[in-house]
Amino acid sequence: MSAKKSHKFYGHGIPRVKPEDLGGKLIVVEGADGSGRSTQIAELVNWLETSGRPTVQVGLKRSTLVSEELEKAQDGNVLSRTTLSLFYATDFADQLSNIIIPALKAGFIVLADRYIYTLMARDLVRGMDEKWLKNLYGIAPVPDAVFYLSVEPEELVQRNLSKNATLDYWESGMDLGLSRDVFDSFLKYQSAMQNAFKSMQKSYGFDIVDANRSANAVNKELRKKIGSLLDTD
Amino acid sequence: MKTFAESNFPGRLIAVEGLDGSGKSTQIYLLKRWLEAEGIKVYFSEWNSSELVKSATSKGKKRELLTPTTFSLIHATDFADRYERHLVPLLRAGYVVLCDRYIFTAFARDVTRGCPAEWVRGNYSFACAPDLTMFFKADLEVSLNRILEGRPKLKFFEAGMDLRLSTDPYESFKIFQGRILDQYLAMSKEFNFVIMDANENVEKQQVLVRKLVSERIELKKFKRRSPLPLPPSLAGDREEKEELEDKAA
Repeated sequence: MSAKKSHKFYGHGIPRVKPEDLGGKLIVVEGADGSGRSTQIAELVNWLETSGRPTVQVGLKRSTLVSEELEKAQDGNVLSRTTLSLFYATDFADQLSNIIIPALKAGFIVLADRYIYTLMARDLVRGMDEKWLKNLYGIAPVPDAVFYLSVEPEELVQRNLSKNATLDYWESGMDLGLSRDVFDSFLKYQSAMQNAFKSMQKSYGFDIVDANRSANAVNKELRKKIGSLLDTD
Repeated sequence: MKTFAESNFPGRLIAVEGLDGSGKSTQIYLLKRWLEAEGIKVYFSEWNSSELVKSATSKGKKRELLTPTTFSLIHATDFADRYERHLVPLLRAGYVVLCDRYIFTAFARDVTRGCPAEWVRGNYSFACAPDLTMFFKADLEVSLNRILEGRPKLKFFEAGMDLRLSTDPYESFKIFQGRILDQYLAMSKEFNFVIMDANENVEKQQVLVRKLVSERIELKKFKRRSPLPLPPSLAGDREEKEELEDKAA
């Protein structure tokens, strides 16, 4: 693994962690449900590990600390916006402290199935204060690469329905009251989310990947980009 | 940071802050009893008590899973839940809300644990400032003695053991509490704390508390109105009940 250690935090970072101690690589894959994130990540892990590089994976709602409670709270849709937002931030911070930071210190490649951008985009779409969100997520290390798998909302509908035969309440933004019709709401919400990502692209430098294409074509592009990222060390 | 009054809430929020063992909980309890007896619409809320978040917090504490960052965020989540679901609606409905600890507890503790002050304050910036904050200031020795007298088993985070200040929980607790006190005192001016002498006896303190509250808050505005008139079909029941009560009296 590379001896070069160079990571930064978006803001204040976290206590007792020096950014210069963080090596490894942090690679983020963002995108809506049905954009092929999980498939792509599984492929990437396979590829990286086969070529002898140690990886770990993180994702939303996977912390030991709060994932269960978060799931429960979401099922009942009982939490208000700020609370839900802070709950997700806690979930992220737990994985950050216990998985991401130690893995980067050890020179691993961390693959994040979604990162703070999804959390921020969801909140921005719901009218939360951007400055507040930026401060909150100032704990996050700046990734080495962020790939946003962009899929047209109409195509997302098809993929989600063929997989689950139903559209998820939250992925349809039903809490926003955009429409009482799940189908309409899904389309409106997903295009609002895409706009939020596009408006964040400038400040966060996402690499927008056209994921309307086949999984293979997308994976080829990702490998090429990640490959050159790893070669630069 | 604006107070609830400055933000045009009809209700008012009174907070007490201080170290464990400063006697603040006793004082706010006695204040609550008085306000209730005066017919004031009053609601009491405690730090770290949201039902939803509690199980995660206690799991984190028991397994000693929390880092300064997650400790801070999980308490912020707990506070946000109580704030959005209880405090705000009650304050909009014209209640006097009493809080045993408010955001300043987080400001003091989390910063002592090493979180950047601006980060913590930013996270809590959705909350208005109390209309009155009483800080119960006892000598450090007095608070420590009140807590440590019975040699209770101190919990890991309560004793600040995560800070590795000492391997002895009692020693760690003392250093930790001392640092929290420093943090409180450093922000007391900025957030307009009214400093209460917590070394004074309980009754005398309560006299001062009640005096202060009635000076700062126009209590008669927060009185419960007489019960709303019931629909005619039920009105009979109430009259009957009242008659019975009259007879019993």
